[in-house]
Amino acid sequence: MAEMQHIPNAKMSAQGVNVFYGEKQAIRDVSIEVDLEHVTALIGPSGCGKSTFLRTLNRMNDTVAGARVEGRITLDGEDIYGSDMDVVQLRARVGMVFQKPNPFPKTIYENVAYGPRIHGLAHGKADLDEIVEKSLRRAGLWDEVKDRLHESGTALSGGQQQRLCIGRAIAVEPEVILMDEPCSALDPIATARIEELILDLRGNYAIVIVTHNMQQAARVSQRTAFFHLGRLIEQGATTEIFTNPREERTKDYITGRYG
Amino acid sequence: MTGQATLTPQRPTSGAISTPRTAAPTEWRSDAMRRRIARRYSAERRFKMMGLAAVLLSAGFLAFLLITMVGNGARGFMRTEIALPIDFQRSAILIDPALLTGGSAEQALASANLPAVIDKAADIAFGEGGARMISPAAQAAVRKAIIADPAILNGTATITVPASEGIDLAAKGQGSTANEAAVARLERAGALSTGFNLRFLTASDGTDPTLVGIWGALKGSLLTMAVTLALSFPVGVFAALYLEEYAPRNRWTDLIEVSINNLAAVPSIIFGLLGLAIFLNLMHLPRSAPLVGGMTLALMTMPVIVIAGRNAIKAVPPSIRDAALGIGASPVQVVFHHVLPLALPGILTGTIIGMARALGETAPLLMIGMRAFVASPPGGVMDPASVLPVQIFLWSDEVGHGFIEKTSAAIIVLLAFLLTMNSIAIYLRNKFEKKW
Repeated sequence: MAEMQHIPNAKMSAQGVNVFYGEKQAIRDVSIEVDLEHVTALIGPSGCGKSTFLRTLNRMNDTVAGARVEGRITLDGEDIYGSDMDVVQLRARVGMVFQKPNPFPKTIYENVAYGPRIHGLAHGKADLDEIVEKSLRRAGLWDEVKDRLHESGTALSGGQQQRLCIGRAIAVEPEVILMDEPCSALDPIATARIEELILDLRGNYAIVIVTHNMQQAARVSQRTAFFHLGRLIEQGATTEIFTNPREERTKDYITGRYG
Repeated sequence: MTGQATLTPQRPTSGAISTPRTAAPTEWRSDAMRRRIARRYSAERRFKMMGLAAVLLSAGFLAFLLITMVGNGARGFMRTEIALPIDFQRSAILIDPALLTGGSAEQALASANLPAVIDKAADIAFGEGGARMISPAAQAAVRKAIIADPAILNGTATITVPASEGIDLAAKGQGSTANEAAVARLERAGALSTGFNLRFLTASDGTDPTLVGIWGALKGSLLTMAVTLALSFPVGVFAALYLEEYAPRNRWTDLIEVSINNLAAVPSIIFGLLGLAIFLNLMHLPRSAPLVGGMTLALMTMPVIVIAGRNAIKAVPPSIRDAALGIGASPVQVVFHHVLPLALPGILTGTIIGMARALGETAPLLMIGMRAFVASPPGGVMDPASVLPVQIFLWSDEVGHGFIEKTSAAIIVLLAFLLTMNSIAIYLRNKFEKKW
């Protein structure tokens, strides 16, 4: 098993996490740390639990009936499953981008403005306009949509929709952004743009990305964690994992022996 | 994802490796194949024809209904009128002309013995039996004429008054021989004309077909529907939202679900009995009132809205819920900002179906006393009222021949009401429909 790699003052830290769906255990004893400096990639074959683990980090699994989480996950040292953690606030601090672009069937402006509005982050219309512009700029979408902010967000192309979703997530000033295979529904060009964007965002946010695409993990991440059958097999610097994995299973997966 | 099977090594790039075919190649051009294709095509043709026949059949029934209704009912909106000369100076009218100015005119005329005056004038103008040619509604016409110009009391005036049921039917070609002769006489005298029966749209139920109007029942229906909508829509939507979004899945919610589904299928007369037992006998609410009718119909409509609402809410893609939860919307915000607006078109469709059914419902309303004879339109939801379908039922039961066309005319009004209600709902539904 992977040894603990301690990062001092990590933004998020998970220790001994087990996740159950009813009787079935989906995650076994996973410990990992996520910090601001790195993009962390979670890789592994389908059904290995990497998405499940990602969704425990902002408690999206709470909405699944029968899901149960054991262990300790902290955000800035605070237990996110603790009784004084408000799950709504947690999800504002730990934003999420989903596999399939899922903009609201509202205007582009409303998509981005919705989060700041419900969290009371904007003081007046001008302030909100500024947040929308800033978020869309950061998401690399501003130049493409600035003339049609009041058209439907669902009318954009797939890649633009996904960048809109990233813009929507960063509009609420999260500290961590979780990305669940954000490029799996996109074409190579749109994928390249999202990857560029992830590199741009690095350093401002702690980013955790689940991906099926090994090259993508190698390109965008600095740390990689390999999951298999609900266990965290190995984690470490991305270059290390890809060039010199310690575990045989990691090596087999990376070289494409199973997937 | 389970077991060790995924660990077995595979080729790095799983290129499709074709295994050599051992069986003989399929005979795509054989006779058996051709027959199979022909069978497939004919099955498809048969299916299309059957569908088309079903559509044509229902369209035919609808056309038949509309044509007969409009054919019979259009006459109900028209009435035969007679120009009646009245010599007020020589008639025994008991009125002080001073009272005719100001608000007391109606009252003064009500006690002015007008029916006798009109009967006398008709007898003089059209000979013996002339009084029977004039409708009891003539009073109102004469009253209006006097108020409009009190000076006519000083001489003779010709006032156009509605004809009686018999004359009206005869003029429309359905009367007895005696009445047809009378119509011929009136026509020769040039006293007969046809006019739009405004009274039909403004009056309530009456004893004589020339007196009756649909307004009382229409207003009763409006009030009843308003009560039904006000009760069943919010209750139905909130029940659907709670059951879909909040209720835990357990035996109790299963039981509630089955109960609601069954409630939607309960015969309406049973709801009428329920309304009678609870709203009238237990709660002592007024009989025949739109309030009670609306409450009874709301019981029927609510389950329809709940079922349609739940389906509409289920159809909202989970990705939208995830998106909203993912940026920190609370469950209530997810429901009211995202789920409900997206489900609203579907909920409105269910509401249209439920309300249309409630509008046409007769049986439960009979049970709570809405079949009473109500000769004035209801002033509010607590006043005795009739509703359109009950009015149709009551008129269709009348012996007078004049009521036949009134029944058809009332059906036209009911259908027009239904069409208006549905159009509004469809407009709203399209307005809320989002493009994806």
